[in-house]
Amino acid sequence: MAVSRLAPSASTLSKLLLHPVSAPPFSRPFSGTAAGDDQTVLTIETSVPFTGHKIDPPSRSVEATPKELLSFFQDMAVMRRMEIAADSLYKSKLIRGFCHLYDGQEAVAVGMEAAITQRDSIITAYRDHCTFLGRGGNLVEAFSELMGRRTGCSKGKGGSMHFYKKEAGFYGGHGIVGAQVPLGCGLAFAQKYFKDETVTFALYGDGAANQGQLFEALNISALWDLPVILVCENNHYGMGTAEWRAAKSAAYYKRGDYVPGLKVDGMDVLAVKQACKFAREHALKNGPIILEMDTYRYHGHSMSDPGSTYRTRDEITGIRQERDPIERVRKLILTHEIASASELKDIEKEIRKKVDEAIAQFKESPMPDPSELFADVYVKGYGVEMQACPGLKLSKSIK
Amino acid sequence: MALRGLGRRISIGKRCFSSASEVEKRPRDGKQINLFSAINQALHIALETDSRAYVFGEDVGFGGVFRCTTGLADRFGRNRVFNTPLCEQGIAGFAIGLAAMGNRAIAEIQFADYIYPAFDQIVNEAAKFRYRSGNQFNCGGLTIRSPYGAVGHGGHYHSQSPEAFFCHVPGLKWLYRLAVEEVPERDYMLPLSQAEVIRQGSDITLVGWGAQLSVLERACDEAAKDGISCELIDLRTLIPWDKETVEASVRKTGRLLVSHEAPVTGGFGAEISASIAERCFLRLEAPVARICGLDTPFPLVYEPFYMPTKNKVLDAIKATVNY
Repeated sequence: MAVSRLAPSASTLSKLLLHPVSAPPFSRPFSGTAAGDDQTVLTIETSVPFTGHKIDPPSRSVEATPKELLSFFQDMAVMRRMEIAADSLYKSKLIRGFCHLYDGQEAVAVGMEAAITQRDSIITAYRDHCTFLGRGGNLVEAFSELMGRRTGCSKGKGGSMHFYKKEAGFYGGHGIVGAQVPLGCGLAFAQKYFKDETVTFALYGDGAANQGQLFEALNISALWDLPVILVCENNHYGMGTAEWRAAKSAAYYKRGDYVPGLKVDGMDVLAVKQACKFAREHALKNGPIILEMDTYRYHGHSMSDPGSTYRTRDEITGIRQERDPIERVRKLILTHEIASASELKDIEKEIRKKVDEAIAQFKESPMPDPSELFADVYVKGYGVEMQACPGLKLSKSIK
Repeated sequence: MALRGLGRRISIGKRCFSSASEVEKRPRDGKQINLFSAINQALHIALETDSRAYVFGEDVGFGGVFRCTTGLADRFGRNRVFNTPLCEQGIAGFAIGLAAMGNRAIAEIQFADYIYPAFDQIVNEAAKFRYRSGNQFNCGGLTIRSPYGAVGHGGHYHSQSPEAFFCHVPGLKWLYRLAVEEVPERDYMLPLSQAEVIRQGSDITLVGWGAQLSVLERACDEAAKDGISCELIDLRTLIPWDKETVEASVRKTGRLLVSHEAPVTGGFGAEISASIAERCFLRLEAPVARICGLDTPFPLVYEPFYMPTKNKVLDAIKATVNY
């Protein structure tokens, strides 16, 4: 059974790579026999079975079409490329502030999108660049926001940690650890009122899992049967603190106690998709559920963190070799002969080129106007102390 | 300056300095070090001299994000210097309990922006403990340390100055130190609630604290070129604050300017302004000037516009003197 809500991957990709200069839409030149065949459905087993807490886990056999697998590959490759590009932009000081990169965790963003629609809501913490892309954000908006330009998704006022996309149900982008979880439960509360059969995915990390407000929100959600799915992206390190040092129980999927949970291999995009689909159905009928995504970040916590003082380089390379999400999908595509290795390489080269082109353009984008400094503190015109000292005007352009 | 980002300090504590007379005047035999080194040395001394002193917080074990706790875990062991999970409310509550049992609890909140989950514990538990128990219990041994203020690229959540919220709470003490200062390398005590006149002057009094003082100093230097003599006061403790020193200075100069990074409305400058207006109304030659952050969330790319810069201070000095 094909996932009918999934948009064709070529247009998804060109949407992602949207840029003002007209250029031929990206097309996939591969020729695998199963590629163009929409009716083929493959049944693939997830890497490991799911583990359930107070719930019967879904089957580890996942159905996927070749088109879907290719779209997973492309979407994750764009995300990976964007994060690597952000790394070098940060080092050349074009991106300033704090920058938390998601490379290694792409399968969570992509798998989740495959199971839901944009009418469902997602809210996450500050490691949000790829979640934003998954919600339909494009590279234009992403790089502009990172560089603080006015074409950014938050008009350049948020930066790396505060990407938002209202029309796609992406509620951002939050700096204070754990604060987004009660917000997410509030979103679900509203969805229940609207009765529109939608859910909220509230993402948080293993560090945030120990915040008190999470448990408060969970209690309320369970009490009122809210359609919220709490997703713990467990990359095993809260900044530099390993999970076993921070949590008495690192089985985050069980920490909901009376709330059921599922442990998922977060590096396997098909497992993520299956789990999210399952969780969505559960949440609509029964209320909250916790998903623990066992995932990994290759970079340090942020660009100020080399990421190697609290874990070994062997560990990082080991995960890259054994569990990399993009490599897993590459192997699946090759095994099922959906495309050839060189065709996949071509796709990656094309993505790299497009990302580089996008960056070259956004270096030219203008900074926000100074009047934006005071905009949106309140509703327009409500009044904000515009001057630091009575009688002292800051500049002519600020009224 | 690079040092601005390092080791700015807020201490909240109900530390009891029992007799002010035993306390030394500001020592002059120091060498110049920056704040995180001074804090590090102070913590070493504290843990050395008091076997019931403990340092804890997020990531303090390896030295902390500003290196204030370097070497402590190695020297004093993980039973006395330890990491906590990521839970500010828990850290504060835990620290209060530890202090209530007579220990010297030194908790770190990683950035002042993160202190808000702990707000209830600090305001409702720590500040009122002694008062509500009729002095049976107290958490006088509690110190909470947190770096505050702008770093140049901190954005909304790594730049805030939350002092105004806490200065409104009787029962707490709130302290600052300069980013770079001359300090002795030995154990010494400074009195709380004593401001320091860093620079003598006759035309206008400038009051600030923490890293903003370096901005004010540069403004003073520039103003001197125009023949304006500025007196600069480092408030050092915000509550309880040294009204006498500021009043004496304003009685001399007749003019006051207060400067802080926190937004101007409801900032601590408002308290200083109102108190001095009460005390020195007839002496004042001009309204009290406040050069502070703007009334917006701490912005990302707009930080240079938001900040109370040297030029803004200088303009206000001139406007006040020429009032």
